Amino acid sequence: MEILNPEEIVESFKATLGSNFIDSKIYQREVALKKNIFTSIWIYVKRDAFRQAVDLISKLQEYPHLSIISSSDLGDSVELIYHFAIYYGHHLKGLSLGLCLSLPKNDLKIPTITDIIPGAIFTERETQEMMGVEVVGIPDNRRLFLPDDFPEGVYPWRKDEKGPHDLLRVLPGHSCHSEPLTPCHSERSEESHTAQDRLREETQEPWEKK
Amino acid sequence: MKNEEMETTYTIPVGPIHPALKEPIRLDLKVDGERIVDVDVVVGQVHRGIEWLGMNRNNPIQNIYLAERVCGICNISHPFAYVMAVEHAAGISPPERAEYIRAITAEMERIHSHLLWAGVAAHEIGFESVFYLVWRVREKIMDLIEYVTGNRVTKAMFQIGGVRRDITEEQFPRIRKTLDYYKSIFDQLKTVFLDDRTIRMRAKNVGVLKREDALKLLAVGPTARASGVAKDVRQDQAYSAYADLDIKAVTPDILTGSIVGDVYDRIIVRLLEIKQSMEIIERCLEEMPPGAILAEPKMAKVLNTLKKAEGEGVGRHEAPRGEVIHYVRLEAGRETLATWKIRAPTYVNLMSIPTILKGGQIADVPIAFASIDPCISCTNRAMVVDRKTNEKSIMTYEELHQLCVEKTRRLSNGLVK
Repeated sequence: MEILNPEEIVESFKATLGSNFIDSKIYQREVALKKNIFTSIWIYVKRDAFRQAVDLISKLQEYPHLSIISSSDLGDSVELIYHFAIYYGHHLKGLSLGLCLSLPKNDLKIPTITDIIPGAIFTERETQEMMGVEVVGIPDNRRLFLPDDFPEGVYPWRKDEKGPHDLLRVLPGHSCHSEPLTPCHSERSEESHTAQDRLREETQEPWEKK
Repeated sequence: MKNEEMETTYTIPVGPIHPALKEPIRLDLKVDGERIVDVDVVVGQVHRGIEWLGMNRNNPIQNIYLAERVCGICNISHPFAYVMAVEHAAGISPPERAEYIRAITAEMERIHSHLLWAGVAAHEIGFESVFYLVWRVREKIMDLIEYVTGNRVTKAMFQIGGVRRDITEEQFPRIRKTLDYYKSIFDQLKTVFLDDRTIRMRAKNVGVLKREDALKLLAVGPTARASGVAKDVRQDQAYSAYADLDIKAVTPDILTGSIVGDVYDRIIVRLLEIKQSMEIIERCLEEMPPGAILAEPKMAKVLNTLKKAEGEGVGRHEAPRGEVIHYVRLEAGRETLATWKIRAPTYVNLMSIPTILKGGQIADVPIAFASIDPCISCTNRAMVVDRKTNEKSIMTYEELHQLCVEKTRRLSNGLVK
């Protein structure tokens, strides 16, 4: 197996994916006394080329290690990052490779990669239930961590109206830091705020009252 | 034929309160007589929403202490990966001395975790004298951890940009004394775990995970290394003091010349790693450079930097059970993290459980399951569902544990005769 340096890895993505390659970032830093280099690479690709990119990673490293898929709610879109580790087993040659995709909120779909990496199943199931991204072709469609009686259409990692705001139990005298974004939701949360205020007044000690 | 098969297979849900370990998890075993045909892993009973708290309630420094509480045993590993992720995101470099202190505490954690596991494994097969012996021996490292960090668990050593406590010259003799103690008893431990015929009987060719399966199912840590996959973040990627130390992943062929990928191989790997950890601590003590232990001692300043920072970072560390990874995303002007994703090693190792248990016996479940050292909790009962009559019977933890212990007795008696 040939070990490419970070620049060559980025080049191979550019060459293979063509116009579907969006951007890349190479992060390097020196560590400890011998100043060996820690490297992480971030590759941004279009969704159309996602499976092609995973195939390319499987060429860089036979059985690439997929650590986890992380997902971020960015308002209009959801960013998925597939955190790979490649070149393991070689002393200090290993690096983190984040494959980043941006999915528009109105079309949250991503193909499964369990046929290439069978061990991706848990993290795909988790992404599906926690972020509401549909993994197309997933062999096991069940929830992973959430209980069966958890309401449909609520996704704990979302920051929009599909977030878990209504499920939070807020202690009297405390506020929930997670502010809902949409106007329709702020109305609802105002209602719950009044309910909270009432609760707060009821539980207030006399000296705390205005 | 298929119908017949259906009638002879039973489903045994083991857990969520479990025969092997501390935290809850449910295994649904499909059995045909004593043989396990299929396994389904059901998790989520202790999902505490820690990532959500880190994204909505806590600031990044408070999160260090939250990360510590992800796991009682790996309370160095999680903050380790977390602070690295934040440092990468915000561009903070910890001083070199701090890197060495981090590695020392992490290796102490590995020694205590592996010894703890060895005790649990002995208990699972009903070898109580070894369980007591190992846990008594483990107290020495716990005392050392308390001496160095100030606490036995949740050590609060880590800080963004360094560590909170120094390890001074005066402390070295006490550390070396404990290491010498472990060196003096290491051969004894090795004899107990590798040469004892009871352990060999219960561990050899049980719970086999082949190399290819381990690779496909993304196994990490001793579980992967026992199957011959040389994955070890300390060896693979340059981070912290490990980058200076030429670490080599421990695989069982170092000792036996071959790789089977069974419970016995997992014992070998963990045992040799205890020795490796001692060597790492010694080298760190020798080579530790002088200097500061924090990049910025004023936490208000660090918090301010983090509030303005924009970026993302990923921190990976080799915990006792395997790779732990934290991903962090910072947005300027936001008090909390924008995204925090934690992945503990057991998350991926659990996917190997069906392969490990399939084809085995019910009485092997506790030891085979415990052999990946899963970090999820311990048993009280299992439910046996009779497919034919749909009758349910509860199997208590004691009964299942008894099954496992009786198997050891049966095998030992057979040998004696």
